Amino acid sequence: MRIFYRSETVIAAVLLLAMILIGLVNPAFWQLDNLFGLVRSNVVIGIMALGVLMVLISGGIDVSFPAFAVAAMYLTIRAMVALGYEGVLLPFVMATLIGLALGAVNAVFVHYVRVIPLIVTLGTGAMVRGFLLGMVGASQINIDRMPKPLITFARSELVGIQNGDGTHYGLTAMVVLYGALALAVHLVLRHTLVGRSIYALGGDREAARRVGFDLRWTTFFVYGAAGALAGFAGLLHSGMIWLANPRDFAGLELDVIAAVVLGGASIFGGRGSVLGTLFGVFMLVMVNNSLIIMKIDTTWQRVAVGAIVIIATATTAWRDRKRRI
Amino acid sequence: MKLGSDLRNLVNRDDNLGQLVLITILVFALMAGLNPEKFLRPYNFESISYVFPELGLLSIAVMIAMLTGGIDLSIIGIANLSGILAGTFFHRVIEAHVTPDGTVLAYVAAGVVIALLTGLAAGLLNGVLIARLHVTPILATMGTAQIFTGLSLVLTGGPAIVGFPAYWSFVGNGKILGLAVPFLLFLAAAVAVAFVLSRTMLGINLMLIGTNAKAALFAGLRRERMILYSYMLSGLLASLAGIILSGRTNAAKSDYGTSYLLQAVLIAVLGGTNPSGGRGTVLGVSIAVLALMFLSSGFQLMRFSNFLVDFIWGAFLLLVIALNAYRNRTR
Repeated sequence: MRIFYRSETVIAAVLLLAMILIGLVNPAFWQLDNLFGLVRSNVVIGIMALGVLMVLISGGIDVSFPAFAVAAMYLTIRAMVALGYEGVLLPFVMATLIGLALGAVNAVFVHYVRVIPLIVTLGTGAMVRGFLLGMVGASQINIDRMPKPLITFARSELVGIQNGDGTHYGLTAMVVLYGALALAVHLVLRHTLVGRSIYALGGDREAARRVGFDLRWTTFFVYGAAGALAGFAGLLHSGMIWLANPRDFAGLELDVIAAVVLGGASIFGGRGSVLGTLFGVFMLVMVNNSLIIMKIDTTWQRVAVGAIVIIATATTAWRDRKRRI
Repeated sequence: MKLGSDLRNLVNRDDNLGQLVLITILVFALMAGLNPEKFLRPYNFESISYVFPELGLLSIAVMIAMLTGGIDLSIIGIANLSGILAGTFFHRVIEAHVTPDGTVLAYVAAGVVIALLTGLAAGLLNGVLIARLHVTPILATMGTAQIFTGLSLVLTGGPAIVGFPAYWSFVGNGKILGLAVPFLLFLAAAVAVAFVLSRTMLGINLMLIGTNAKAALFAGLRRERMILYSYMLSGLLASLAGIILSGRTNAAKSDYGTSYLLQAVLIAVLGGTNPSGGRGTVLGVSIAVLALMFLSSGFQLMRFSNFLVDFIWGAFLLLVIALNAYRNRTR
């Protein structure tokens, strides 16, 4: 019966309990359009969380990915607008590559200069945001100038339902992208050499080095992947909300890191799973979105998120208590 | 490197401090050279002496948390909450034109006490989470930062609280003997903290815990209690910064000074604080604040956008870190 001791099981149980509670307060929670909306809000945060998950497992931390996401998104869309480009695939490749390159900068500082990851990523995040707003531009690109194909792509749906009164709602097809990326990260973590080396690096750096894992490649892979996923998610986000705001994603790092830790990943490294992260992201997004339908004043939202972060981290700290010092 | 090594001997063989002084002088010379008529005006230095104490206090607060290998990301939340609680208190008790002057002064003193107690209580919460419950400092203080900012938002409902009493703005804008009050407050706090860190049990214990936590544990140091005190001290300094900030702007708001957080962390690291613990001085942090103040005021006088100044700060930090790493490798 070991399944009951796994953190995925625990978070799934908590998630279920929370859903039942919210449903009791307001049965509107269980309506299909609310659930579809919830899933939709998971996609962008979830894709970023997959990258952060890998960074946390490797024993690092990344607070620069929202800045990378916004840089990749804004640069790509500016380029699309300037060139009048009508495709979808190439922009996503560009955004992913921008994220990858910026992530590699983090890796250089973490691996070669050996600065602790928090300081490095605070610094690179500030630089990228400053560069974007100071050199590229601070003005928002609104729906009228947004590239049409991108919006059409992000609007595609798996299921579309027409209400009696003519309003329409549906399940976004972007959830397929999210699922595919989650599966890919899961397979990489569990079934490839680099995936195992990420766990090894986070578990015990010195042991991993002596066993012969290539720690330089691992570090570059982890931070590069986190940047690339953030870049991809950033562009997807602007397609889904129909505008490109160079000040977007401010403060998102906390939400995403909280979601990943909520999903059972250890901030000390060496522990964490994709399934847990998916649950953690869903939990966080659900609490954020459900305060409104639970008729709680939205000014309490930050207090709620903070309390969740503290409860989740205190619980994992208790679980990992043997590992401290 | 000749000049660098001379300076090193001069400044008490302290490697980092020497390098920092050198960098500060270089930054000053560069900014003075680029726009001498504006940068060297006394007015520029006077305005720096009003602005830098907030940032300096916040940086020292971060440095104290870093001494034990921790970090305090909730300082801005604490500063704003302190100012807002004091402001809410004034709105409740002071009626314009009715309250006599002496009573207002007493209320302002009570407001200061409320703000400082807020900082202590917030620091206590951080300390309990980190020292007793063993939550990682990054996550604990990120979480409490949300709570403090959230409470500020709940209290104000979003907009800024304005209309602080005149005595309160004296703390942020006043002058005593021709010197800015914030500057004098910073000086007093810096000297007090420097004394605590270098001459008292608490300071010595914090350094030892940060240098080798396991050894400190086996040596019987009261680790939990010391770490608890260090976060309370951080909270106290943050609330003092909050008082100065709300006094200077005559307003308090839940999202003031959010860019200070990053800057305070950067300054603490630039000032020679080791983020993994065991090393950090008030003097180093104070010099680093000055260096960055010269840098940003110089660029602002040249009409660089604030965004670009952020970019330059980030680049400056990474550059200095890389420089330190390079020098440590050759040694």
